[in-house]
Amino acid sequence: MGEVILTMKGIDKSFPGVHALDHVDLEIRKGEVLALMGENGAGKSTLMKVLTGIYKKDEGTITYEGKEVEFENPSAAQDAGVVIVHQELNMLSHLTVAQNIFIGREIMKGKLIDDEKMNEEAKKLFDKLNIEIDPKEIMGNLTVGKQQMCEIAKAISHDAKVIIFDEPSAALTEAEIEELFKIIRDLRDKQIGMVYISHRMDEIKAITDRVTVMRDGTYVGTLITKDSTKDDIINMMVGRVIYEDPKTESAVPKDAPVVLKVENLNAGKMVRNVSFELRKGEILGFSGLMGAGRTETMRALFGADEKDSGDVYINGKKVDIKCPQDAVKEGIGYLSEDRKRYGIVVAKSVAENTSMATMENFMNGLFINKKKEEEVSWQHVKALKTKTPTVETEVVNLSGGNQQKVVIAKWLTRDCDILIFDEPTRGIDVGAKSEIYTLMNELVAQGKSIIMVSSEMTEVLRMSDRVIVMCEGRKTGELDISEATQESIMHLATQRD
Amino acid sequence: MADNKKKSNALTNNALVKKIGGQQLVVILVMIALFIFFCVASESFGQYSTIVSIMDFSYYVTFIAIGVTFALMTGGNDLSIGTGMVCYSLIGGFLISKLGLPVGVGMIVTILCGMLMGTLNGFLVAVLELPPFIATLCTMMIVRGLGSIITGGVSLSWPAADAANGWFRSFFKMTVGNTKVPVGVVWIILAVIIMSIILTKTKPGRYIIAIGSNKEAARLSGVNVIKWHMLAYIICGFFTGLAGIAYAGTFQTLTPGTGAGLELDAICAAIIGGTSMYGGQGTIVGTLIGVFLMCILKTGLPYIGLQANWQQIIIGMVLILAVLMDVLRTKKRA
Repeated sequence: MGEVILTMKGIDKSFPGVHALDHVDLEIRKGEVLALMGENGAGKSTLMKVLTGIYKKDEGTITYEGKEVEFENPSAAQDAGVVIVHQELNMLSHLTVAQNIFIGREIMKGKLIDDEKMNEEAKKLFDKLNIEIDPKEIMGNLTVGKQQMCEIAKAISHDAKVIIFDEPSAALTEAEIEELFKIIRDLRDKQIGMVYISHRMDEIKAITDRVTVMRDGTYVGTLITKDSTKDDIINMMVGRVIYEDPKTESAVPKDAPVVLKVENLNAGKMVRNVSFELRKGEILGFSGLMGAGRTETMRALFGADEKDSGDVYINGKKVDIKCPQDAVKEGIGYLSEDRKRYGIVVAKSVAENTSMATMENFMNGLFINKKKEEEVSWQHVKALKTKTPTVETEVVNLSGGNQQKVVIAKWLTRDCDILIFDEPTRGIDVGAKSEIYTLMNELVAQGKSIIMVSSEMTEVLRMSDRVIVMCEGRKTGELDISEATQESIMHLATQRD
Repeated sequence: MADNKKKSNALTNNALVKKIGGQQLVVILVMIALFIFFCVASESFGQYSTIVSIMDFSYYVTFIAIGVTFALMTGGNDLSIGTGMVCYSLIGGFLISKLGLPVGVGMIVTILCGMLMGTLNGFLVAVLELPPFIATLCTMMIVRGLGSIITGGVSLSWPAADAANGWFRSFFKMTVGNTKVPVGVVWIILAVIIMSIILTKTKPGRYIIAIGSNKEAARLSGVNVIKWHMLAYIICGFFTGLAGIAYAGTFQTLTPGTGAGLELDAICAAIIGGTSMYGGQGTIVGTLIGVFLMCILKTGLPYIGLQANWQQIIIGMVLILAVLMDVLRTKKRA
């Protein structure tokens, strides 16, 4: 076992309204891969952002190579040899691969940048890592997987002693993950300390030496990977049972009427020949990796983006949805993945947000019937258990989960029969999550139908009656919940052309 | 069948957009076509004197277009360049003709004024993070008023070519025997070469592209984004100053309060030449090609009987077309 190179002790960090990190400890050793695990929102990424100087910690110490440090910003951390490979890619899409790798520290020949030399150095770097990428290629033209490899190469070229991988495999194919693991093993032999953040248990088993688990912003414990089972780790991650177990069979009768039928939907590069059916009272899960085209499919269906071709039938009748107004008229409601941008108006009150999609029902001649608006909003606040002092409270003051409930209330006033939930629990804490789940179950029990786009595998398995998996704009499979597993979904989600 | 038809439609669309990618070639062809069109439509267009006047017109447009290309590369814009160019030129001219200072001093002050205003623009955009469109719209108002105040609201001229201190005009146009030679073209070529190298081969250029491409990624890579972002506007100001000298060298009289609208010629030229309003993309050579398309268009229109008001309508439409191409190009990338 290698010696300790970096220790984080008692790290505390609060954001307005959220205690994101509560005295968390972490220890990174030379020549070792440490898995950092926890559910979404457990605080893994926040901890790593504190380490690399993106966030300032409120309390605690970081000791690196025997000295206490506090990195001012990511480039200071980089210079010291602590680098992070981000979940979201940080690339300059107009520049070449080599120009990206050497950005901020170009190789110069006198006053001019020596692009040739940079290309050579990048080539050497790639050769060392057994990556095959042309350094002269424009970054924006590479696949997501190749872009990720470039990020890693860039991190390594900083002469890193500690590398943090923040869900590096999220967008990679199986072959690319194999390639990544080869690189990581290589780096381990070179005595580099690594942190590997991932949700995928089999990857954790395959590549890591120890596992540190976090839950709700706290440190839970650390295990030796080879001595522990999958269940050990899951138990530590979940701790208390707040969700229902995964669904084992569909709650929808086989002969339930089809309320929505989509045939050969095409829209740009991200939606290619997508067909599916939605039955009455069903929750239809849409799973896939980042950039699989799920949101794009929903936006095209809803009329938010232009579609190139494809037919949509509602209750057996062909409809022509050209814009969101058309979709709303047909009884479709869309809860956007990006609440703040598309879902709510944060600087307006709960009541104003609730009535927004159905203004005409709240009009008294030319004027808005404030009283009715408040009454209806209160009904929804009570029904959805939205935590807000009054309906006059501005939405910006509510937590993420309660904001989401306001969006749901908005669509309920329209009495939509088909609801599209795009990442319904993103950025919502665990307690509020299960409330949203209960609410979704109540909605389908009332005979509404839900399409749920979700990147959280556990969420898909818990909520869906049927799962559709997409990859690179195509539908790669459809699974009844009784046959859906993390593995079967992941297999379909990485089935590229 | 209907499906097939749609598919083939999509294909031709794609091919069309790809061609727009090789835009510079298209622009050159359009330029040649325009030139031929004007020659055919008007007998007097094809003469040597027309070429000289196209050239005359191109100097100051090229300078502000090169400058604004740098602002555009960062994903910003600079609307103050048209009015600014005339303002700085008025200030320089005031020093020469009213205060009797040497022409050289007037030229240096003109450039310094441009750089000063560029610094202010850069400060507003890069440090205070104002939207470039609004920030430079405001500085445009400021320079417009400033030019009038300093000159007392009256028109003035830089020394004429035959005056004792009119030597600077031969920077742009020399008379050899009875022929006028547009020597300014040398400066244009020089400026294009130097700025191309700066944009593609030096750190400032690289970082300006990086900022326009993904500012946050550049910042996280340790690039001092504020500094380089400001520099883009200072470069733009510097070239606006140069344009002020070229403007004074081309026109006999400078009138306070004019120049508004000329920035659109430059912005239009840059976008036609392949610079993206969304930042990160563009070349100086492309901008130069765009400038000449604009200059041929603006010089040629009066020859077919379309005077100033028509010119504005047509420039407006060309700009819409150029921006539309940019939007399509960017959509396809995304």
